[in-house]
Amino acid sequence: MGETKGKQKLITGIAKFRELGLLGFIGVLVVFFQILNPKFLSLDNLNNLITNTAILVILSIGMMLVLITRGIDLSVGSTLALSGMISALFVSQHPNAHPLAALFLGILIGVICGVVLGFFVSRVGILPIIASLGLMNILRGTTFWVSGGEWVSAHQMPASFKGIATGEIFGVNTLVVIAIIIFLVFYYFVGFTVTGRQIYAVGSNPDSADISGINQKNILLLVYSIMGGLSGLAGVLWVSKFASAQGDTASGYELTVIAACILGGVSIAGGSGKIVGVLLGAVLLGIIDNALPLIKVSPFWQMAIEGIIILTGVLFNTFTKRAVERNNLMRRAI
Amino acid sequence: MEPRFEPRTISSYKEFSWKRVFLKWEWLLVGILLIIFFINSMLSPYFLNYFNITDATRSFLDKAFIVFPMVMIMLMREIDISVGSTVALSSVIMATVYSMGLPMELAIIVCLLVGALCGYINGYLIVKFKELSAVIVTLSTMILYRGIAYMMLEDQSIGGFPSWFTYFGWGSIATLPFILIVFILLSFIFTLLLHKTVFGRNIYAIGSNPNAARFSGVNVDKIKRIVYTLAGLMAAVTAIFLTSRMGSTRPNIANMYELDVIAMVALGGISTAGGKGNMYGAIIAVFVIGYLQYGLGLINIPAQILLIIIGLLLIMSVSITNLKSSRKLTIFKKKNKEQVL
Amino acid sequence: MKKLFRSGVLLSLLCLILAACSGGQQSSGNGDEGSSGDSGKKKYAIVFKSEGNPYGEKQSEGFKKAVEEVGGEVILRAPAQPTVEGQISIIEELISQKVDVIAISGNDPDALQPVLQKAMNQGIKVLSLDSAVNKDSRMVHVNQADPERVGRIQIEAVAEMINFEGQIAILSATSQATNQNIWIEWMKKELEEPEYSKMELVKVAYGDDLRDKSVSETEALLQSYPDLKAIIAPTTVGIAAASKVIQDKGLTGKVIVTGLGLPSEMAEYIKSGVSPWMYLWNPIDVGYLSGYAAHALVEGEITGEAGDKFTAGDLGEYEVVETDSGTEILLGDPFKFDVENIDEWKDIY
Repeated sequence: MGETKGKQKLITGIAKFRELGLLGFIGVLVVFFQILNPKFLSLDNLNNLITNTAILVILSIGMMLVLITRGIDLSVGSTLALSGMISALFVSQHPNAHPLAALFLGILIGVICGVVLGFFVSRVGILPIIASLGLMNILRGTTFWVSGGEWVSAHQMPASFKGIATGEIFGVNTLVVIAIIIFLVFYYFVGFTVTGRQIYAVGSNPDSADISGINQKNILLLVYSIMGGLSGLAGVLWVSKFASAQGDTASGYELTVIAACILGGVSIAGGSGKIVGVLLGAVLLGIIDNALPLIKVSPFWQMAIEGIIILTGVLFNTFTKRAVERNNLMRRAI
Repeated sequence: MEPRFEPRTISSYKEFSWKRVFLKWEWLLVGILLIIFFINSMLSPYFLNYFNITDATRSFLDKAFIVFPMVMIMLMREIDISVGSTVALSSVIMATVYSMGLPMELAIIVCLLVGALCGYINGYLIVKFKELSAVIVTLSTMILYRGIAYMMLEDQSIGGFPSWFTYFGWGSIATLPFILIVFILLSFIFTLLLHKTVFGRNIYAIGSNPNAARFSGVNVDKIKRIVYTLAGLMAAVTAIFLTSRMGSTRPNIANMYELDVIAMVALGGISTAGGKGNMYGAIIAVFVIGYLQYGLGLINIPAQILLIIIGLLLIMSVSITNLKSSRKLTIFKKKNKEQVL
Repeated sequence: MKKLFRSGVLLSLLCLILAACSGGQQSSGNGDEGSSGDSGKKKYAIVFKSEGNPYGEKQSEGFKKAVEEVGGEVILRAPAQPTVEGQISIIEELISQKVDVIAISGNDPDALQPVLQKAMNQGIKVLSLDSAVNKDSRMVHVNQADPERVGRIQIEAVAEMINFEGQIAILSATSQATNQNIWIEWMKKELEEPEYSKMELVKVAYGDDLRDKSVSETEALLQSYPDLKAIIAPTTVGIAAASKVIQDKGLTGKVIVTGLGLPSEMAEYIKSGVSPWMYLWNPIDVGYLSGYAAHALVEGEITGEAGDKFTAGDLGEYEVVETDSGTEILLGDPFKFDVENIDEWKDIY
């Protein structure tokens, strides 16, 4: 009796797992790509995959918080570029500086951008899409201006700086370690702290949140500052990884980040989204980016295939969610 | 403490006053436009030249056609970021069928049909799968449509259109550019559509309160499908003018057009919270951004500075509206508005 | 209806103001020759592919130097994004300013034809440099190096590096970049020669000149072709990205990278041996030559016909030659960068 009950609980658990659809879809994709190119699941390739996806994960976590509050941040790419460029310029002129200084500088710049955006959204009341669109242009222009039209190249960067991205901690690439740490920190923050819960409240129902005494404006400011800080961090990591800082770095990357979040189940209307889902969404996109060049298909087909995969993934996720919800409703009836 | 809902009485209907009229967003935009004209004419002797000013419209009006349906889409709290890709795909298909022997007139019709179909698919998916937000659907179709264009044309370009085809991008009627005349005509049609028909009223209703609209008998799904189809159709119109202007086409054209269109609509006073804003503002915003870029280009301002200026313009202008509207009289204080973006 | 009426009133007011102002101006419409305005100086405009590109900056620098030497006024433009639509708008603005000559590095070989023909019809001289536009869109093209030489020399180089044996791959930029495709064509032709019979071109990948995509494509190449011996990347972003990947994976010496790259970007990798040597040309010289070619066009010394000769300041005499795709001026042979001279160049561009 107890055995079957235990089993039932497991199945119930799985059935309730809203991210099931996404996980299943990823599984299908992995199998699909592995068949087309057996090198896909090699250790080396998987290493490439997670290293390349690490930055996307970091950004997606920040974007998730913004989306939950019914906002959006289109300036992610530009913030990334600006902080990356400034920290690259910094280390090129101060080669003896500790790489942590560069990281700190990048995060600081990102936070400043985020605070500015948060200010416009929360105090002036501009809609996030417009404010971030405007800021995106401003920051991109600033990046070009600050760089003076030049790129910062590998030979101008000290080895310590480049080592941020290529180094390893306990045998795992630093970028991945940072991504894991951020994931854990925010998993705790979002799920187990009062502020984290408040963010969800503001997104679900701003009026009730207001009445409950939650300071909406401060929460919004916080959320955009976090996004900015994470973008700044990502900027330094990006520039270190590619050992190059260009004016047009990450142009358009914000759409990829938003896609990762939405694929991961974050609702654009705010109020819901799980960090695990976001992680899966980022991983899904990372798999697509990694696997498409591996399968022997004409490069001109890559974009269309990517579009089909995302569309299918989203629809698949929808159908699974409907099934799970129906399942939940039925169980509740019992 | 202020009462949350203000009772509506006869005395709350304000008298007509010119001051209130001119404080409206659209008039502010007109003011900005005049200021831009003034400053630009000071900065460059080439600005106030009839031919230059009219020729300038050829550059920024091609994507302006998409502004009309985008206004409607954003009024309903939705969005469409696939329009640029729709432009590319309809252009590529038009060129392909022409190169396969179809007469150009028919190719143009094919282009319009393709655009409308792309738009319809967006509308259908958004309406059928309500869990999917417009963002993710149009994001996927954005990648998919352009991907199909790449599959078809790869790295080639197709050109060699009949000489009358250049008329769209370069021709004039009585010294006014053809594209400007078409734009003005379509402005009339769409403004009437949005402001003087039941269809338009319904769009506002859906934007203000989708549930109330549905319960009032408005066919929300049908209207959304129609508006998205219109977006695709207008994207095809853009494709025709753009292709004519370039004399050839490739899969990579119209890159990031959607962001430019959204900026024009946002500057025009359309609030993505839904239900607020009108077509006039968007039309004026088109010219504001267009002449700002043109005028600054005449004194050869570097592109990066231009980016910053446009970003600042966007933010500052919307800041002003927001600070204004907090003092505006409203029947219900819009605190329970659902913001989509 | 009232609103419509009010808008109509305002619109007519605007038109009246416009008409009054342009009536007051001395403007004579658009049938003029490219007149030089009040200052008497000729206006030379150069349009690059996009902003913030160091190669383009250097090229424009060279152009500016030449123009200033001949006493002209220079205008430097580039669109924020590497799109052809952006360039079309810029050219319209230049036409409105009645410049004397436009030198352009095109984002698309064909799409600029209508607007450039409009410029030429108004008496503005048009030449292209670096990235050519089709022959009906320009009077002459300044080519940094003979594309045949560029293509062949990269194969010759890579063959030497891998001892004429093994698999190679090409990492290109975007699939529609004209010069990329021409060079790749010549590379393939060179590979048909008997001495390369033991070498095999396994794939042409496109990194779109995006850092992250170039990295992904390189990693995919290494995964799919474990016996890959060399990667040729005739694009500055691609070669640097591929080199970084090789270096990070510790494959220096096992997989060779070469191609066309900026000395500043590649200094690190040439010194470490990831790329024994590579090629490019001096963009400053390309710009400088174009500046003088522009001057020669403006002064009527040349018209872009084959056989025309002119002097290009410090660079000496040049002659216009005829090719299949129009008339061209060739700068010279590609320049080799290796361990010996990289330090000299890495800070220049």
